[in-house]
Amino acid sequence: MPVNRRGAALAPANRYNDPYQALTTNIITAFSLLLHVTAQNTTTVDVTVNGSEHELEVEPRTLLVHALREELGYTGPKVGCESTLCGACTVRLDGDVVKSCTVLAVQADGAEIQTVEGLGDDDELHPIQRSFQEEHGLQCGYCTPGMLLSTASFLEENPDPTREEIREALEGNICRCTGYHNIVNAVEEAADKLATEEAR
Amino acid sequence: MTDDEGPDGGVLGAALDRREDPSLLTGEAKYTDDITHDGMLHMSVVRCPYGHAKVERVDASEAEAHEDVELVLTPEDLAESDLPGTLESIGMMVPKENWPMEAGPAEMFLPDYPLLAGDRALHQGHPVAVVVATDRYVANDATELVDVEYERLDAVANPAEATEDDAPALYEGAPDNVIFDWELGDPEAVDEAFESADHTVDIELEHPRVIPDAIEPRATIADFDPLTEKLTVEMTSQNPHHHRLWLSNTLDYPEHKIRIVAPEVGGGFGVKIHHYPEEALTSWCSMELERPVKWVQKRSEAHMTDAHARGHVTEASMALDDDGTILGLQADTHAALGAYVSTHAPLIPTGSYGMMLPGPFDVPAMRVNVIGTFTNTSPVDAYRGAGQPEATFVIQRLLEMAARDLDIDSAEIRRRNFIPPEEFPYAETVGNMVYDSGDYEKTLEKALEIADYDQYRQRQKELRDEDRYVGIGIASFVELTGLGPSKPGVPGPLPTFHESSLIRFHPSGTVTAYSGTADQGQGHKTAFAQVVAEELGVPYEDVEVIQGDTDQVPQGTGAFASRSAVVGGNAMAKSAEKIVEKATKIAAHQFEADEDDVVFEDGEFSIKGAPERSISMAEIAHEAHQANAIPDGMEPGLDATTFFDPDAPTIPFGSQVCIVEVDPESGEIDFLEYVAVDDCGEQINPQIVKGQIHGGIAQGLGPALFEEGKYDDNASLVSGTLMDYALPKANQLPDYDVECTVTPSPTNELGLKGIGEAGTIPAPTALVNAVVDALEPFGVDHVELPATPEKVWRAVEKGGEQ
Repeated sequence: MPVNRRGAALAPANRYNDPYQALTTNIITAFSLLLHVTAQNTTTVDVTVNGSEHELEVEPRTLLVHALREELGYTGPKVGCESTLCGACTVRLDGDVVKSCTVLAVQADGAEIQTVEGLGDDDELHPIQRSFQEEHGLQCGYCTPGMLLSTASFLEENPDPTREEIREALEGNICRCTGYHNIVNAVEEAADKLATEEAR
Repeated sequence: MTDDEGPDGGVLGAALDRREDPSLLTGEAKYTDDITHDGMLHMSVVRCPYGHAKVERVDASEAEAHEDVELVLTPEDLAESDLPGTLESIGMMVPKENWPMEAGPAEMFLPDYPLLAGDRALHQGHPVAVVVATDRYVANDATELVDVEYERLDAVANPAEATEDDAPALYEGAPDNVIFDWELGDPEAVDEAFESADHTVDIELEHPRVIPDAIEPRATIADFDPLTEKLTVEMTSQNPHHHRLWLSNTLDYPEHKIRIVAPEVGGGFGVKIHHYPEEALTSWCSMELERPVKWVQKRSEAHMTDAHARGHVTEASMALDDDGTILGLQADTHAALGAYVSTHAPLIPTGSYGMMLPGPFDVPAMRVNVIGTFTNTSPVDAYRGAGQPEATFVIQRLLEMAARDLDIDSAEIRRRNFIPPEEFPYAETVGNMVYDSGDYEKTLEKALEIADYDQYRQRQKELRDEDRYVGIGIASFVELTGLGPSKPGVPGPLPTFHESSLIRFHPSGTVTAYSGTADQGQGHKTAFAQVVAEELGVPYEDVEVIQGDTDQVPQGTGAFASRSAVVGGNAMAKSAEKIVEKATKIAAHQFEADEDDVVFEDGEFSIKGAPERSISMAEIAHEAHQANAIPDGMEPGLDATTFFDPDAPTIPFGSQVCIVEVDPESGEIDFLEYVAVDDCGEQINPQIVKGQIHGGIAQGLGPALFEEGKYDDNASLVSGTLMDYALPKANQLPDYDVECTVTPSPTNELGLKGIGEAGTIPAPTALVNAVVDALEPFGVDHVELPATPEKVWRAVEKGGEQ
């Protein structure tokens, strides 16, 4: 349990131990926020993230990106727009590329999730990661985790793409720094690397 | 020359892969929102939903009653607090008697910029109250529980309309909503030029408002420790030391008791330079609660409250003689500055726009008037290019129109007007600027060659016969970078834009180098390590670079105005020079030789003519930490600090050629070629330089094609999300063909010029010039920014009538 500097225990977020307080909260919440699920209800979600199994207690409204980042500490997926548009939160859910800012954690119950933390090994970068470094396909790095996972999924479907196909495939991931040119180079390079390394 | 070697065989100038990347690629890198602290609370902001409104009443009781809400702060609390209550950065940046630089003073109305709008909210999104809760979701929920009663007032968003008689007044002390009315140049000379000219062209244009949109939103974690009374603020900052000083003033709290840390920062482009209410509000909450408080901006908040850019309404004209030589230029511009004057705001439409209007051309007579106006919008301030995309657009749209009228080729009319290479250093007369070095035509010729200009001109003619419309757009530019020389100014409350560096040798011979500038993705750690390794002759791997922490870095200015390499890089080189100087003395002592006989080459000290006996820099570093091994009277250690203030700005330049095909039926634009040839002098890392140019072009093409920050008549932001504000996607932008020429700057030891903004400045102009060129057969002589399919289609429909 977290403590503040004076050593006092702090209630963990999202837990309502006192039924009366929870009820009050519910009434307030229900009246003022009709669309929101009451805060009292938490639900159990089982997910496998990068091969590790986790059991989570979350509010039904908790977004997958927040569950990953704040409950499980996978901060690779970033929050950029909360609306599916920028792609910084992209993860793979049972292999599919999803924007985890508009997926509820409960929707991931029983699923296998891959974040950027699960892409390379601890001591070796994945060929896609190496390609992005070599081709200078990233600058600030904020869109990069999402970009890498979209690339990984895309190259599984299309291992030898044209530049135009790469651009179409990445249109759900916005990069504000690179102007995309070097990202396209990096994906081409990654396709080469993957082909060569698989051939070995 | 390989990627690991620069032009001289060393590490300086090598296209090294960036050392920053592994942690960014694996998700290990920590941005502000990735950081948590024990007991951390979350702040959310209650914002005015209207463009202009009286705040009648703020009732926080319901929010305060929420069991997970720890604190609600309202305008009443602010008034009762010890805080000054306003953002205290503005008057510091812009001393009234001295701005912008030598361009002449102007009177300016500077209103208070309140942290919370207690009386009136002057733009949508202005903070009215803040809520702190144990959880991010609860904090957001609880903002809905704060009951605010507003009385809506008339609002105005357009900078020209703001000065009209029937426009609502934002401030009593600012008649016609005018912040300043600034004039530069020689009106008489311009009148004469226009009277004697063979030909004149004129244009009315709008340069739309742009929303910068770094993909990482702004964020702050403030952590006040009551025992040490230290306030630590982790935040998305391009300039941590400036933020420390501003926050010190805004909070009325001593500067040495504040530590600003900029962790990994996900893009800045200008938006993270300025001082905003939220960082002060987060700090205030943390000081009240004595617990860490985090605030992370939502994208919609970014659109409503980040400093916007551009937003000009301009009438301009140009006088030329028959052969296309420019004789005179004049421009009258209304520039929206928003509801408050943001940190650097007045400098942008004046120093960066007005003074830079001539661009790379010899303009013998010029006059510019800029009226900075209040509007009920988010403040407008510096963003990539800062005034210079607007300036480039004005002069090169006019030049293009003149070229068409006079039947002169677009490239040729530029050749005839470029400042010639033999004129450098060129004393520009309008703003008293000195352009350091240049060969402007060289970049144009190279760009034309890469784009195969002559062949495309031929092809353009042929394709028109097939009802296909190809257009070629050219834009050449210069940019004011490397701010900045402090000498043209007078002392003011804010430190001048010098930059600091500290290089520290450890006894084992490895090095830690500290830079006062900060990184948001540019790759400073790689680039500065290259400079230090080269200058000290130590392995690149032995140099660690630290920045972005005011408790580690002695002093600093920050990353803006394409200044980090120029001012920060040269500050590094100067510290290295001081270290070599001291190390030479130690080597001479070791050799028992005269200092003048010691040479330093490739990291080794030796006696002239006797290279077989040498001592490495690392060995000297070890000796320097042996107080009994160095000359008497010398201090031990091997450190050097530099505060570098350049003598002059650096002026990079370049040319872009954009070739498009336009479908007149749909208004759609297809890119055929995009060529940029840039000259930023010497380069520390060519791979990083090209990356900066690529990103810059994209940020210029976005607003050229579809980005537009739009307000409606009530000053409600229409482009409030990424659904309505179109950031360019991978499939909407072309490949770029980027090359560089190298004309070193004589103003600094490394010969560098800034490159961060260069791509952005000419791109909108190149695109619009290309579209207008494509549509010449339809009589189209201008297309407003952004050149959306609708606007292009309408231009075709109207043809010559517009």
